[in-house]
Amino acid sequence: MIEIEGLTKRFGDHTVLDDVSLTVAPGEILAVVGPSGAGKSTLSRCVSALEQPTRGQVRVDGQDFSRLDGAALRSARRRVGVIFQSAPLLRRRTAAQNVALPLEYLHATPESARERVSTLLERVGLAERADYLPAQLSGGQQQRVGIARALALAPSNLLADEATSGLDPATTTSILHLLDELRTEMGLSIILITHEMDVVREIADSVARLDAGRIAEYGSVSDLLLDPTSSLGHQLLPDRPAVPATTAGETWQVSYASREVAGDWLTAITSAPGAAGTRIEVLSASIEAIRGVAVGRAVLAFEGAAPRGLAEHLRERGLHARPVAATVEKDAA
Amino acid sequence: MPNKDFNTPWSDVPSLLWPAYVETWTMVGIVMAFVVAIGTPLGVLLHNTSSFGLFPRGPVFSALNAVINVGRSLPFLILMAAIIPFTRLLVGTTIGIAAAIVPMTVAGVPFFARLVQNALREVRGDVQDMAQVSGGSTLQVIRSVQLSEALPALAGALTVNTIAMIEYSAIAGSIGAGGIGNLAITYGYNRFDDHIMVATVVTLIVTIAAVQLLGDRCAKELTR
Repeated sequence: MIEIEGLTKRFGDHTVLDDVSLTVAPGEILAVVGPSGAGKSTLSRCVSALEQPTRGQVRVDGQDFSRLDGAALRSARRRVGVIFQSAPLLRRRTAAQNVALPLEYLHATPESARERVSTLLERVGLAERADYLPAQLSGGQQQRVGIARALALAPSNLLADEATSGLDPATTTSILHLLDELRTEMGLSIILITHEMDVVREIADSVARLDAGRIAEYGSVSDLLLDPTSSLGHQLLPDRPAVPATTAGETWQVSYASREVAGDWLTAITSAPGAAGTRIEVLSASIEAIRGVAVGRAVLAFEGAAPRGLAEHLRERGLHARPVAATVEKDAA
Repeated sequence: MPNKDFNTPWSDVPSLLWPAYVETWTMVGIVMAFVVAIGTPLGVLLHNTSSFGLFPRGPVFSALNAVINVGRSLPFLILMAAIIPFTRLLVGTTIGIAAAIVPMTVAGVPFFARLVQNALREVRGDVQDMAQVSGGSTLQVIRSVQLSEALPALAGALTVNTIAMIEYSAIAGSIGAGGIGNLAITYGYNRFDDHIMVATVVTLIVTIAAVQLLGDRCAKELTR
């Protein structure tokens, strides 16, 4: 459980984070997205207690992290496992020795450490690579070692800071699946700092968008997807390219705004009152399930004007409809 | 050929060279022990008080940095002369091996501290962050991450420093500290003894090449 409350961080006169509040429940994955320079890495450093907030709190399992130092800080840090970008591993230690590092710091006995390390390496699928040096491992394998190390002290929280940046798509997917499984198995609260929307779509339950140090948008992925005004929702499911309309008239965009949309919604549009006899072209349409929620979009062109009351008719069916800029002003002649 | 008369016969050269060579290594060995013992913590402190370090302290860093720069800016011959009162205070004499060890250490420590600082700065910053979030204390991070990761670079630093100390011992030898330098000056230079001159030059070249080779071998071994 990580609770961030009113977190503000200034470096001199420069405010990097401004009143940021976020909560991650056990078993939840929160993605934090945003352009570079938005304050993502500072947020990450505050959560891993590498930086102290100027104002506000970072509570981990109920304990305020932000005002600790010395031994108390070190023991607090052990409750958040951190996975870094490009897995910083000690070059002169084997995979197993790297995973053992946090245990060594805690003065664990060699036998108990060895046992824990082999369990962890087994779990991340690297049992037979235990004695390899980092230079002998692929990027994805190095990141698995990093994940095993982050889990060494059995933390209840995980912070993944751009953990899949720089990995190829297949490796990214396998790393994300591993995180997803671990979250379920161990009930981990996971914060994923990322700039990749694919990552969010793949495993996040909720998502926050940071912009210039502030939270610009924050909500569950499914709510945002079904909110036609959400810019995050739009980034999660970008518009598909549409074919040009052949007839002059209005163009409308229709999208899911509810979890209860009947499967025949597209054909049902033709039965809208007043639609009979109107030629309707489907310029693009898609339906997909994201995190178990069906989301659909369509761009339709009506010959002439759209039937009056179309938006209301569709709203009753859980759809959001709005006219888009007339795309058919082109050579109508 | 009157010149020839000054030369020590080749057959006698080794018996002159060997004790001097042992003296040189005695000086260098003792000095390097002090240099590593004092220079390493100093270099660690210098790195970690800098903005790259674990406990940045601007004023402490600036003060240390200034002291080290002063120590490094004096040519060894000048330094040796300048600190004669200090040397006398410390070892009670200003000639011989004991007296050479003082200025050599004073010159070697800041040099090594700087090399250690440079070696530690090359350690990836995110590895340091990783160790801290893994719950490592400052001392644990210094030992298991900074020094351990920088070990190949530190082996290089030790090599460079040892070679510099061999060179300094020769300079110290010129004012009566014994060793190869003393031999080269008293026999080779003052008495026009070409054989001794050639022998000392060749010995120094071979020694330094051997030290470098050994250092490179170690660095490679430590890189794994």
